[in-house]
Amino acid sequence: MATQASRTASRLMLSPAVVLLFLWMIVPLGMTIYFSLLRFNLLMPGTEEFTGFENYFYFFTDPAFWPALVNTLTLVLGVLVITVVGGVALAVLLDQPVWGQGIVRILVIAPFFVMPSVSALVWKNMLMNPVNGLFAAIARGLGLEPIDFFAEAPLASIIVIVAWQWLPFATLILLTALQSLDREQMDAAEMDGAGPIRRFVHLTVPHLTRAITVVVLIQTIFLLSVFAEILVTTNGGPGTASTTLTFLVYMQSMLQFDVGLGSAGGIVAVILANIVAIFLMRMIGKNLEA
Amino acid sequence: MARHVSNSRKAVVTALAWGIGLLIFFPILWTILTSFKTEGEAINSHPSFLFFDWTLENYHTVNERSDYLGHFWNSVVIAVGSTLVGLLIAIPAAWSMAFVPGKRTKDLLMWMLSTKMMPAVGVLVPIYLLARDTGLLDTKLGLVIVLTLVNLPIIVWMLYTYFKEIPGEILEAARMDGASLGSEILYVLTPMAVPGIASTLLLNVILAWNESFWTLNLTAANSAPLTAFIASYSSPEGLFYAKLSAASTMAIAPILILGWFSQKQLVRGLTFGAVK
Repeated sequence: MATQASRTASRLMLSPAVVLLFLWMIVPLGMTIYFSLLRFNLLMPGTEEFTGFENYFYFFTDPAFWPALVNTLTLVLGVLVITVVGGVALAVLLDQPVWGQGIVRILVIAPFFVMPSVSALVWKNMLMNPVNGLFAAIARGLGLEPIDFFAEAPLASIIVIVAWQWLPFATLILLTALQSLDREQMDAAEMDGAGPIRRFVHLTVPHLTRAITVVVLIQTIFLLSVFAEILVTTNGGPGTASTTLTFLVYMQSMLQFDVGLGSAGGIVAVILANIVAIFLMRMIGKNLEA
Repeated sequence: MARHVSNSRKAVVTALAWGIGLLIFFPILWTILTSFKTEGEAINSHPSFLFFDWTLENYHTVNERSDYLGHFWNSVVIAVGSTLVGLLIAIPAAWSMAFVPGKRTKDLLMWMLSTKMMPAVGVLVPIYLLARDTGLLDTKLGLVIVLTLVNLPIIVWMLYTYFKEIPGEILEAARMDGASLGSEILYVLTPMAVPGIASTLLLNVILAWNESFWTLNLTAANSAPLTAFIASYSSPEGLFYAKLSAASTMAIAPILILGWFSQKQLVRGLTFGAVK
């Protein structure tokens, strides 16, 4: 039983974290909302004035907005499909007895620890470069025409890079979940004559549903904010071919110095992320009770 | 329980697993190999895998010309600094939520998590302007502050899930024996909590080391950590593959090694305890 004294003490211990996080959440967000209602360009100081929802109107009618929204969804969905399907396959594979399992695991997990700017640069220059890249060398070796990946399929190339970074995360989580699968149940099903495919569909997949949901939700949060990979490889181009919402807001506020417009875009991004967050929070909240 | 699997099947699975593992690891391996090549060899149209003249020249050049160590030091200060400050704030908070839970503890935890869901770009402008106006733009202190706040929810959550596993009765026993709150924390809780705190520290250093939104947007020359340093290589004049590889290898090596030790904590920390 907690005494009155320990309650007071616990409140004191809690407050720095709570106050800081509260300020961190409310102050910048309040400022963003406020800026989003102003005409506010850093290149024209002193001309700030209240314009209501004008910035939102300009943001939604910006010719880059729809491509950016579509690109964002394509990027998130593309990476999710690759990492979840690949992750389940890899997790099932790594769950089997393998010689040198520890080392294989290390090899598979490694990309997750590579900083985004490094992985983007390595893929862009050393692998995907149409002249000096390794893929071009392999294509020439096979008598094919090398592909200029970032000119011809910029978004797909970025999806590949980001998927490479997140596949380890999905694999690791799904593998962890897989290892808690009841082995005896599996053996019993096998003895009852269920083949590997039926066992996978009826035992493995249902067992992994929860972990897959967690992977999808957490990755979505991070994928909505993919930034360095785009900055380093394509800078959002050619045209708007690889501009995402995050990158569009970055361009508007940091390159065009249009604080009002960028802030309106920021708020749109916050709303989008919140839709995902609500689902994620429910999942984790449920687990907290269990 | 040992599973009985025929050796031939194990051999096939092993070959497949190693093949895929090496394929996934290949870009990293290729970077490391290229870092030991000469620039000419690095862009050879018939790339050689192992049979080239190994050289350490790129490492020398990168260190001399671009102040690699300076950026490395910035990364260390920012990643370790923000993690330590975060721990300092989070340990008392997680302790109190785990051992003196109130009616609203769960709501509080969920609310902390929700702050993590906010996309960085939503607050980019105000944070940039605040940093500029307070003179914290392009300083290590500014980034330590921002990354502390960015990762604080994860730190609190990780610590909370670890502290939850410490049996509360031990603390009550100590309290009955007349231990004060201070000595309770110091002599009873700390030894049991050290492994959890260490894991939290490790994972957060990794996250902060690789953080690439704020580090790229809030730094210029002075306090740029390795993320920004490497990104500067994307400009055309900096395109020397072997040197790029050497710089990349040095930037990822420390965290790759730390990361391999933290596989288990990674799952737990990044899923907020939802998958263990």
